[in-house]
Amino acid sequence: AAAASTTGGRLAFADVAATDKRIADFAGGKTPEAGKITLTAPEIAENGNTVPISIDVDSAMKDGDMVEAVMIVAEGNPNPEVVTFHFTALSGSASATTRIRLAKTQNVIAVAKMADGSVYMDKKEVKVTIGGCGG
Amino acid sequence: MAAAPKPRIKVPKTAKAGEVVLIKTLISHEMESGQRKDKDGKPIPRKIINKFVCEFNGKPVFSCDIDPAVSANPYFEFSAIVGETGTFKFTWTDDDGSIYTDEQPITVN
Amino acid sequence: GRWSQAAAQQALTEDGLLDFQSTGNVTILHVTDLHAQLVPVYFREPSINLGVGAVAGLPPHVSGADFLKLYNIEPGTPEAYAMTSEDYVALAKSYGKMGGLDRIATIVKRVRAERGDSVLLLDGGDTWQGSYTSLQTKGQDMVDAMNMLQPDAMTGHWEFTYGTERVQEIIEGLPFAFLGGNIFDSEWNEPAFEAYKMFEKGGAKIAVLGQAFPYTPIANPRWMFPEWSFGIREEEVAKNVAAARAEGADIVVLLSHNGFDVDRALAARVPGIDIVLAGHTHDALPEPVIVGQTLVIASGSHGKFLTRLDLDVQDGKLKSYRHRLIPVFSDVITPDADMTKLIEGIRAPHMAELSRELATAESLLYRRGNFNGTFDDLICDALLEVREADIALSPGFRWGTSVLPGQKITVEDVHNACSMTYPSAYRSNMSGKMLKDILEDVADNLFNKDPYYQQGGDMVRVGGMGYTINPNGDMGSRISQMTMLKTGEAVDPSKDYVVAGWASINEATEGPPIWDVVEDYLKNNPVVNLQENRSVKVV
Ligand SMILES: [Mn+2]
Ligand SMILES: [Mn+2]
Repeated sequence: AAAASTTGGRLAFADVAATDKRIADFAGGKTPEAGKITLTAPEIAENGNTVPISIDVDSAMKDGDMVEAVMIVAEGNPNPEVVTFHFTALSGSASATTRIRLAKTQNVIAVAKMADGSVYMDKKEVKVTIGGCGG
Repeated sequence: MAAAPKPRIKVPKTAKAGEVVLIKTLISHEMESGQRKDKDGKPIPRKIINKFVCEFNGKPVFSCDIDPAVSANPYFEFSAIVGETGTFKFTWTDDDGSIYTDEQPITVN
Repeated sequence: GRWSQAAAQQALTEDGLLDFQSTGNVTILHVTDLHAQLVPVYFREPSINLGVGAVAGLPPHVSGADFLKLYNIEPGTPEAYAMTSEDYVALAKSYGKMGGLDRIATIVKRVRAERGDSVLLLDGGDTWQGSYTSLQTKGQDMVDAMNMLQPDAMTGHWEFTYGTERVQEIIEGLPFAFLGGNIFDSEWNEPAFEAYKMFEKGGAKIAVLGQAFPYTPIANPRWMFPEWSFGIREEEVAKNVAAARAEGADIVVLLSHNGFDVDRALAARVPGIDIVLAGHTHDALPEPVIVGQTLVIASGSHGKFLTRLDLDVQDGKLKSYRHRLIPVFSDVITPDADMTKLIEGIRAPHMAELSRELATAESLLYRRGNFNGTFDDLICDALLEVREADIALSPGFRWGTSVLPGQKITVEDVHNACSMTYPSAYRSNMSGKMLKDILEDVADNLFNKDPYYQQGGDMVRVGGMGYTINPNGDMGSRISQMTMLKTGEAVDPSKDYVVAGWASINEATEGPPIWDVVEDYLKNNPVVNLQENRSVKVV
């Protein structure tokens, strides 16, 4: 069976509105479209303190087809900000991997800003569970 | 006080001209989020790595702005296109102003 | 009685069980979830196995009489006994125990003799854990027995609960591949195991991809193998399928420990997999489930079944196949003498302890089912009494054998239900709210409508408390009416209760091993009579 989990004291959590505002600021007024960017994350986190996430943007990364930055935000953390990756012509490809903290089950969102000003978004729900049991 | 942050890097030793190589970086750091309280209930002040930069022969390759939601011992994996023999330089900036750096050469053949 | 036993078994012969009109150029044999059962066992299949969302009412979420109807099986037949819970006790007396690695060895040898070197024997994992001898030998008993059986590849789940070092030590000595394309080194994010292996059989190239249980570090103690990270990693499966095809694979077989619903979803989402050999959820299905172009095959558990799948592979395509889920009736299939000797040798030093009688069962003790399970009720009763608790929690494992009414409950039986490397029976205070959070969490792991978010066990068993569950509810709203059984009082979210449980995934959990708790309880309760638990209401 699942044993007690220790989550520490109660925290104030960022809400969806704060996250949306952060995305709007980053997007500079543009409405993010689906496509181009893929966010990869586990369906269920093995450990909420260190959740691997990867992003990959479909871009030649040259001749104007460039990704400037990718912002990662999390809807259910104390603050939505997680990390922002900046790419250059020397990046070769617009892909990156890091490990992040997720306080509870929530959506992780990746937003890509292209050099031409267009903005793309992908989203994935990551479940943070007490764990235990099994078949 | 924890031990001084120690970077570790994985970069190929060689590459072909124009090849896109994969770079992996780790640095030991507790990434104190500012959200936790000590056993007396006092908030533990935030102390994180807030910026990471990778350059090649002095030119920017990849960088990130880091918030407290990045895990302890921050890990970054990204790519770089290599045109000539040279040196990757990696820089991490701590909240307290400390700068940690590492360098890795790569030979184009 | 004896007459009916003889009559029932008259219809069963080894030749009849193994009768197979061979076809094509390749034969796959699949066993999975043996749970370290070297000798024949009683194992009652579930009477309830709910599916949610798109898979509600679809196999394997069909049980009992519905199962018999779906697959056109006559009640009372050997097939009905092997694959359902219907009339289990009476049929168990007629048809006897099932499984035994020496019987499986006979089948494997006969198929190899018939099909020459075109046979692939694949083990889906959960092989090294689940018995007294496997725990005593840290899995070595099963490793030795499986080495004699000579599989071509395996993957894993409970294997990892022996810890990184032991797992590495065993794998280094294996004469076959341990595959796990979804296991990565947790520090540098690099593949930690071989993802697939190419086999040439009957002139065809067959790629076997291994997929370990994706949620091993969540369902089991992560601290025992911190170097490894798992996950479904659908994109890695797709990458490895493509790599195997590029390397010239005629067909691709996924040797999986995902659990059936995850496999069904994966087969629909990742193109290019011809066959999924499913494991983990312990389903025994008499026919493949066909998902697009993919056959999904479920071969049961505890050695009760072995799947034979003949394939006609031509020009990079699976042209046709013939399938049979072979039930391993232990009284009918001749044991293989070499394997019997090996198993006897493994068990001999432990025989006195294995056969030590602790109590008598007056009713059937079994585990499988989404909520109930009299063997778990016994464990919960033991926790409540011996650990002096208000509420007991026992994990919803799907492994563990059955004890028939009238049989003695032995140390071996108890270990079959709880043998593991983290057995401490903890005792702690939990608020009513925390208990609800735990039940909700486990329920979501079982009944989330997206199979990728399921972990594939059964609901945590609860002693001392009843509740109502709506499996189709959303996370946080499935559980209601939590009630203390002794007083009939509602569980108070703000009140603390003394909770005893076992198999905590947290490091440094304290308490006596669960088998000692059960043995202590049986000393004072030498006759066990437990009827079906009705304290969980499903709405
Ligand atoms: Mn299993
Ligand atoms: Mn399993």
